[in-house]
Amino acid sequence: MTKRVGMEIAFAAAEAAALCRIDVIAAYPITPNTHIPEHLSDIVADGRLDAEFICVESEHSALSACCGASGVGARVFTATSSQGLMFMGEVIPIVSAMRLPVVMAIGNRALSGPINIWNDHSDIMWQRDEGWISLFASNGQEVVDMIIQSFKIAEHRDVMLPLNINLDGFQLTHVVEPMLFPDQGEVDRFLPEYKPYAALHPDHVVSMGTLGLPEIFTEAMKAKDMALINSKKVILKIWKEWEEQFGRKYEPIEAYKTEGSRILLLTMGSMDETAEAAIDELHKRKISAGLLKLKLWRPFPSEELRKAVKGAKVLAVMDRAVSFGGASGPVGAEIRSALYDEPDRPLIINEIIGLGGRDVTLEDFIQIAEKAAMAEKKKPKEAYEIYGVRGS
Amino acid sequence: MADKKWPETWQEINPGCMVFRPGNAREYHTGSWRAKRPVYDFSKCIKCGICYIFCPEGCISQDADGYFVADLDYCKGCGICAHECWTGAITMVEEGKP
Amino acid sequence: MNIVENFDLYAPRLVDKEEYFSVGHRACQGCGEALAIRLMCKALGKETVIVNATGCMEVISSMYPTTAWKLPWIHVAFPNSASVGSGVEAGLKVLRRKGKIPDRDIKTVSIGGDGGTVDIGLQALSGAMERGHDLLYVCFDNEAYMNTGIQRSGATPFGASTTTEPAGLASSGKKAWKKNVTEIMVAHNVPYVATACHSYPFDLMNKVKKARKIKGPSYIHCLSVCPTGWRLPPELTITAGRLAVETGVFPLYEVENGKYRITVEMPEKLRPVEDYIKIQGRFRHLSADEIEMIQEKVIQEYNKLLDKVNNLHSWSDLKE
Repeated sequence: MTKRVGMEIAFAAAEAAALCRIDVIAAYPITPNTHIPEHLSDIVADGRLDAEFICVESEHSALSACCGASGVGARVFTATSSQGLMFMGEVIPIVSAMRLPVVMAIGNRALSGPINIWNDHSDIMWQRDEGWISLFASNGQEVVDMIIQSFKIAEHRDVMLPLNINLDGFQLTHVVEPMLFPDQGEVDRFLPEYKPYAALHPDHVVSMGTLGLPEIFTEAMKAKDMALINSKKVILKIWKEWEEQFGRKYEPIEAYKTEGSRILLLTMGSMDETAEAAIDELHKRKISAGLLKLKLWRPFPSEELRKAVKGAKVLAVMDRAVSFGGASGPVGAEIRSALYDEPDRPLIINEIIGLGGRDVTLEDFIQIAEKAAMAEKKKPKEAYEIYGVRGS
Repeated sequence: MADKKWPETWQEINPGCMVFRPGNAREYHTGSWRAKRPVYDFSKCIKCGICYIFCPEGCISQDADGYFVADLDYCKGCGICAHECWTGAITMVEEGKP
Repeated sequence: MNIVENFDLYAPRLVDKEEYFSVGHRACQGCGEALAIRLMCKALGKETVIVNATGCMEVISSMYPTTAWKLPWIHVAFPNSASVGSGVEAGLKVLRRKGKIPDRDIKTVSIGGDGGTVDIGLQALSGAMERGHDLLYVCFDNEAYMNTGIQRSGATPFGASTTTEPAGLASSGKKAWKKNVTEIMVAHNVPYVATACHSYPFDLMNKVKKARKIKGPSYIHCLSVCPTGWRLPPELTITAGRLAVETGVFPLYEVENGKYRITVEMPEKLRPVEDYIKIQGRFRHLSADEIEMIQEKVIQEYNKLLDKVNNLHSWSDLKE
């Protein structure tokens, strides 16, 4: 029986992973995702989950141990943030190249320099080209749902790719929310036992992680790219199955009150819900604005994006990271690139907001919508703006 | 598994570049690297197996008469067997010479 | 006459003829490390999973679409042989416990060069040993980052010329002494720690077999002569290993629960270190004074070892 329970979202992430009958967890603590491995270790220590919890001595070892465990056919899970994600960075493209379905929760936190433990998306934006499927959660329920969905997606024989679920550090990880948890039986019905494509065992000898000469490397990269592109079909199919079994719908881009809107805002992560409230307020003020919540970051849903922006005049893309010295923010660049060839594409403004844990408020979105409205009349000089920075 | 032509297309390449044919490195004949090859005087061979133990290629095996002989498809001509042989039954001779 | 350790002359014929490391691998002629791997695999048998760090052995054995490995094998990156091995070991443990794989003992063995063990891989190794995984770690030490072109590592011996600490008009090669990771492993309370060398094949294989039986961490440090990097003719690979042992430069010993034992018959008096140094091009720039310095250090280190052999007790004897 599905139960509605209020708990900290990080704890909920751990509970969701435990429901998936994971076999091995190898994780290293780093604020703000620490509560995820901590709570998982509690679950294992209480005997509620039969798994091996490896207290590795660094994040690099965490992801490496996950590779080893996944290589023998175990279902693995890990979690990290920011500097931890960077420290395992060397292994990140290797996991996707080796087609190991590791599932990782990332409590998004700012990359250091200066050190800052609070939320922004610079950690995941640093990893966007590494071949992992990447999902963004707006709230705790999505975190729970996405974690359970992730194993089914990652392990699917037509996918076989690692997957990360992004939840904003502190803004989501440390927030208490009531969430619906399916029971073990329901999860077992949705998520079958993991049957690996290949596993390290003397009964079926395989060599994993071989050397790729220049003659074959391009083909290996094409194969990896196609695997990620083709995974979208499977993701949509599994989201349909989820909706059928649990009643909650998931789409690559979720539209909120966009019909007939001149102005569209595009957000990712926890700021989605703040933006929703702002849209409601804007509608009260009779301003034609709508919201696009981007949930599937990789593989990038270009098709869905083009459909979603049809008819809009201005699109305000929110970034929560800076691409220093770049032509746009990371998400801004992606959106502009996907829409460039569209004959009636909207004008795009790119607002970088919420860096290093700075609060993103309803009022901020109202102002951004106003900026978007003004941009229609007078295009801004700069391609992107760091919103709200003190000093002109 | 059917033999694929090298170099493979992106659709043919094994997922993750995994290799499912253990020991298929033997398709490459490292014997072509050789500058010298071992030549045997079996009258001196005591069939001790020292050459077999010390060969880094593992290409030495016993023939029908029990003498240890290197497989010239793979022998790189390092000369360890000749150097270690107790009785001097092996000599390294330059390739190209009879 | 070469000494082929203290064993029956005809013992090689009794060794398992199965080759788990096939011909066709791309190692240099006379590669000591390839030989050591071949011997290690014979001692391990087929119920093994090998985890390999980036390095010579990984590169020469696994050029897609071929592999020289007839054992299940995984390579991920350079510093993480021990951490990938930890994951393999934990994965096998839990899958066996849950009945998802057959109930058989499969040994996880992590291997790496001196680069991937002594330097960049030391953190992962230390973590794995501290956590006590049922993992055998074998370091194949050819005393430099050979695969990338003979750069200096923590395991490079004093005075050796490498490409990043070369001998020149103002320098005499490596300025620091060799890092002793074997002792670091003993300090981790690893129940079985040993040094080995391919020139003593039965000693090496026996140690691997012993380590394999340990239900917990174990470590073997295997000196692997590299004719290319050490600059000696390939046929002298075995000789060089022997000389390393006979001169006391690399004594062969094992530490079982803290009890030290030298495992091969050593000459009454150690051979002069010069016998070992003079056959290697990487040392040819050394002056007589420098060789004397090395000789003193070798004697000192060997005496330190003998001190431990003669005086240290097995840890289980020290409970009261």
